[in-house]
Amino acid sequence: MTSRIDARFAALREEGRAALVTFVTAGDPDYKTSLKIIQGLPKAGADVIEFGMPFTDPMADGPAIQAGGLRALKAGQTLRKTLQLVKEFRKGDDETPVVLMGYYNPIYVYGVDKFLKDAKSSGADGLIIVDLPPEEDEELCIPAMKAGLNFIRLATPTTDDARAPAVFRNTSGFVYYVSVLGITGTKAPDLKSVKSNVKRLRKHTRLPICVGFGVKTAEQAKTIAADADGVVVGSALVAAVADSLSKSGKATPKTAEAVHKLVRKIAKGVRA
Amino acid sequence: MTASPPPNSFRTGPDERGLFGIYGGRFVAETLMPLILELEQAYKDAKADPSFQKELDGYLEHYVGRESPLYFAERLTEHLGGAKIYFKREDLNHTGAHKINNVLGQIMLARRMGKTRIIAETGAGQHGVATATACARFGLPCVVYMGEVDIERQKPNVFRMKLLGAEVVPAKSGSRTLKDALNEALRDWVANVEDTFYCIGTVAGPHPYPEMVRDFQCVIGNETKRQMLAREGRLPDSVVAAIGGGSNAMGLFHPFLDDKSVEIYGVEAAGLGLKTKTKHAASISGGRPGILHGNRTYLLMDDDGQIIEGHSISAGLDYPGIGPEHAWLNDIDRAHYVSATDAEALKAFQLCSELEGIIPALEPSHAIAHAMKLAPKLPKDHLMVVCMSGRGDKDIFTVADILGVKL
Ligand SMILES: Cc1ncc(COP(=O)(O)O)c(C=O)c1O
Repeated sequence: MTSRIDARFAALREEGRAALVTFVTAGDPDYKTSLKIIQGLPKAGADVIEFGMPFTDPMADGPAIQAGGLRALKAGQTLRKTLQLVKEFRKGDDETPVVLMGYYNPIYVYGVDKFLKDAKSSGADGLIIVDLPPEEDEELCIPAMKAGLNFIRLATPTTDDARAPAVFRNTSGFVYYVSVLGITGTKAPDLKSVKSNVKRLRKHTRLPICVGFGVKTAEQAKTIAADADGVVVGSALVAAVADSLSKSGKATPKTAEAVHKLVRKIAKGVRA
Repeated sequence: MTASPPPNSFRTGPDERGLFGIYGGRFVAETLMPLILELEQAYKDAKADPSFQKELDGYLEHYVGRESPLYFAERLTEHLGGAKIYFKREDLNHTGAHKINNVLGQIMLARRMGKTRIIAETGAGQHGVATATACARFGLPCVVYMGEVDIERQKPNVFRMKLLGAEVVPAKSGSRTLKDALNEALRDWVANVEDTFYCIGTVAGPHPYPEMVRDFQCVIGNETKRQMLAREGRLPDSVVAAIGGGSNAMGLFHPFLDDKSVEIYGVEAAGLGLKTKTKHAASISGGRPGILHGNRTYLLMDDDGQIIEGHSISAGLDYPGIGPEHAWLNDIDRAHYVSATDAEALKAFQLCSELEGIIPALEPSHAIAHAMKLAPKLPKDHLMVVCMSGRGDKDIFTVADILGVKL
């Protein structure tokens, strides 16, 4: 069975262009606005949606995504509601892949088997769990693949040739190459090292390689799209949510459009 | 030194994956994974190298002032009218707490690994002060992450760290306390993997930290055993220690794990009471298993798996987790995990000051509070050791505040 992720990357290969992968936090700034944001992402140019599952202690995220998660939690977001959002999104879109991204604890507490079942039936396609390295594959990675979900792995500049085989052993969908040493949204990607690292990783995997962490502009997206199979934009979109809010931190009529506008701009870079 | 443990020993953990039963492990981002593996190997090598332990012992003797006394708390014993209470005097160590035992071990390991920059998290500031101290001693730049809230309630220690040349960076995210300082330190580490060594202050974090910190703190229990045998000709009947992350407790407990006659009590902070649900820091008594800061252990959290900030009168205890080895010892019933409230700790703080002329830190005041519950019911020949993990000078402002005294 080919997954939505496999189908999407195959189609883009035909088209001869890279994917635009967009990250937003589920429930940020509130449930309704968040739904509106993801519903408009495909039309704005997103090829894959990464949907952040909020967590109080996101140790690999910078200030923008930390704040987005806390906004969502304050507005009452839970893992159950995140799956509900995916389900509602699927009613209007059966093709755009949705990848749930986050940390292990909320899933562990929800119950691994129940989570996998509910995620699959809500229409989610894959998982990226930041604090589950290959050393902990038995926790969730292997059960997820058995349940028919792609388990997408993060590779980093510290994933050297010796370590790469272990990192790619149990993985599917695509590979997410973290372009900087650091947390999300703080450093700009070093475009030269992206090129050589993508080339290096291709020796270890035939999966599409998407590059993210620190991508903010259409120009950066364009440069990365020349070497990689996809470009991930996250913190910049979450920051756009933050900038659109009222003084009291509530969504405004401009919130969803602020995100979509930035996605359209970066999509142009990816497609250039 | 220590004889190899018997086959069905409680002292053999963790396994090669860093697990104590189901607890522990290596739940970290991929960026850190190669470093954790490197650290594990470096620690294995150091442990096997007699010159490493010899050098560490030298610093523990001449710089820290070990061994620390095992002191008979005569008037407290009389006052309680039961068990014979001894204090293991970690408060007399250089920098005033047990934290320095672990820090020196880790800093020596960092030097061995060629790391040139040290980072640490701190709650009460004791681990931060110990790290800043060792970094000054060895000429290493030091960055200490500390929650904004803790910076406010532990001002003397903040100034101490600065005097020692450390940079103190406020953690402004989340609840702005110890757990957030740990998050910030992990974020720093992810961004500076090449030159930076993360000196964790308790028996938590990803493998090999819980094992490594425990080993460095075992000097507490090893000395206690030797001293008690010399003083009383036998082992203690019970050992009691306060638990934040659990390092002073594990250091005291571990050497006694296979001595089945020794009762073990870990005292968590019950804050305003366990019934309050969110106003305490008792991860075992009031939490359940989950994953945070690189390991699986008991955590304070809500039904959605979101971490709840702990509360305690003591800034060193309000961590929402506990070291994974304690979680395991709880589940297999080798140690008892109990708790003491803010009010009980405060009473113990005052009583100890008045009866023994020792102003304890608020952290070990929780251990004393539990000793006060146990001792009166026990016979006079019951030997009890309470870990006096630190001195109380840092807490006089907090206590004055609660007592309504203006300094
Ligand atoms: C004096 C003292 N005791 C105990 C603790 C708690 O830490 P642990 O449980 O790791 O010993 C601290 C932490 O700051 C401390 O300063």
